[in-house]
Amino acid sequence: MRKEATRKIREILVSLPSLFWLSLFFIIPTLFVFAIALKPGNPYGGIGSGWTLDNLRALASPNYLAVAWRTLWISALSTVLCIVLAVPIGYYLARVSTRSKGFFLMLIIVPFWTNFLIRIFAWKVLLHPEGAVKKILVLTGLTGSQTSLLYNSGAVVLVTVYTFLPFTILPIFAAAEKFNFELLEAARDLGARRLQAFAKVFIPGIRRGLTTAVLFVLIPALGSYVIPDIVGGPGGEMVGNKIAQRVFVDRNLPQAGALSVVLILTVLAPLIGVLVGQRKRERPESIL
Amino acid sequence: MRRSRIPLFVTLAVLFFFYLPILILIVNSFNASRFETGWQGFSLIWYRRLLHEPEIWRAAKNSLLIAVSATAVSLVIGTTAAVAIHRFARSRLQRFHFGLVYAPLVVPEILMGISLLMLFVAAGVELGLFTIFLAHVTFCLSFVAMTVLARLQDFDESVIEAARDLGASWWTTIRRVLLPMLLPGLIAGGLLAFTLSIDDFVITFFVAGPGSTTLPIRVYSMIKFGSPPLINALSTILLALTFAAVAASQRLSRKGTADSK
Repeated sequence: MRKEATRKIREILVSLPSLFWLSLFFIIPTLFVFAIALKPGNPYGGIGSGWTLDNLRALASPNYLAVAWRTLWISALSTVLCIVLAVPIGYYLARVSTRSKGFFLMLIIVPFWTNFLIRIFAWKVLLHPEGAVKKILVLTGLTGSQTSLLYNSGAVVLVTVYTFLPFTILPIFAAAEKFNFELLEAARDLGARRLQAFAKVFIPGIRRGLTTAVLFVLIPALGSYVIPDIVGGPGGEMVGNKIAQRVFVDRNLPQAGALSVVLILTVLAPLIGVLVGQRKRERPESIL
Repeated sequence: MRRSRIPLFVTLAVLFFFYLPILILIVNSFNASRFETGWQGFSLIWYRRLLHEPEIWRAAKNSLLIAVSATAVSLVIGTTAAVAIHRFARSRLQRFHFGLVYAPLVVPEILMGISLLMLFVAAGVELGLFTIFLAHVTFCLSFVAMTVLARLQDFDESVIEAARDLGASWWTTIRRVLLPMLLPGLIAGGLLAFTLSIDDFVITFFVAGPGSTTLPIRVYSMIKFGSPPLINALSTILLALTFAAVAASQRLSRKGTADSK
């Protein structure tokens, strides 16, 4: 009995530093966001006294609704594009020889050693009206000389895909590597067409990797701020930009808090969805 | 059976897509032209200009200071967290502890930035290098904990029990058995924390005060208001430094495994 007690004390002692730090700098700040969303602002950019629902009511303005809708579709489209590109790459990497596997993985990771801001800046240069991509597109007649490649939602999607694609390739590759490719051949032998075998055998086989990959793009994309800030322009603004504007431009912390509450809830939705989905799938198996 | 060629083509096209912007950036850093309109001859002028930008060097110094101190503190807290989660895995407290350590990894950076800003504003803490340090420890410690935890999980527990059975005290076991065995995990976690800290922009931007500019914040204001060729040159230098660091660490780890054989 005494041994049990000393073990508990030791457990608490070892856990204390991180429990203390994360309570103070993670849990409490998150609660503050919810609390401050319900506070009025004061003219000096601080937080006033009393409670109000005005910040939440202000969210219903058409401007915010448009930005919220844009945030959702930009994130969803970027996620779909990342997955569509990452699945064939994961499939390819899982089937090549061990040596070229290491080589290709290295090639995929190396560009992402550069700072995130610098990669976005590199795209700003490329998409610039005087930049290389624009010139090629105009020369080949794919776009007119008046179309702008920069400062719109399309540029945001492009750079979001560029930024998060490696984070989708890696989990899909990890899952594909564990996949038994003989199953694909069996499906073909049993008369499935190539695409059919791919969609009905390979895709379900890497389901876990796919889920991880989706979360790896979707969640950071929903909270995107720097990408739309640099390449999006006013037509590509997302919720993150609105939060930053309330903080840095008009110093309205309570309104920034209300926007953050919306973002927190939006990010929680896919996470909870995945957890519930996993639990549902695991339950019948555990009964058997 | 003939295999489809499509996966190979997609892989090659994506690799081209990955490298194109970075290559153009490196090439442009040696371009004499001030604008990105075309090649006007090889020049090192932008690198020379960079030497005369004291603010960049001050920012780099701030970044280093924060990265080193945040790495040190997050290594200690992250490692104790990993040990607790691993050692007392069955308890309800540790299930909560794991969730708490894991959560900062999935929260978008902007939410962490704004929530810390609100804490500091409400508590009346002046924004500056110290608040940046506190924020960096908070996100780094989760990454350290996860890296060390992964190392602990493929660990031979019996070695620790053997040390205890042979009469080693609790402290000696930690110092002479646990820490040496954890060392590769600690190095990996420390490197990860250092890189994340030195690269972070979003969280830093929210909790930085006037006069506490870090390198990413400086790069950001250069992107927004400054001259592109200077950023090209700075990026190329940073890229070369990263390559050198990674090459060195790979060399070291290869040597380490060779020695142990």
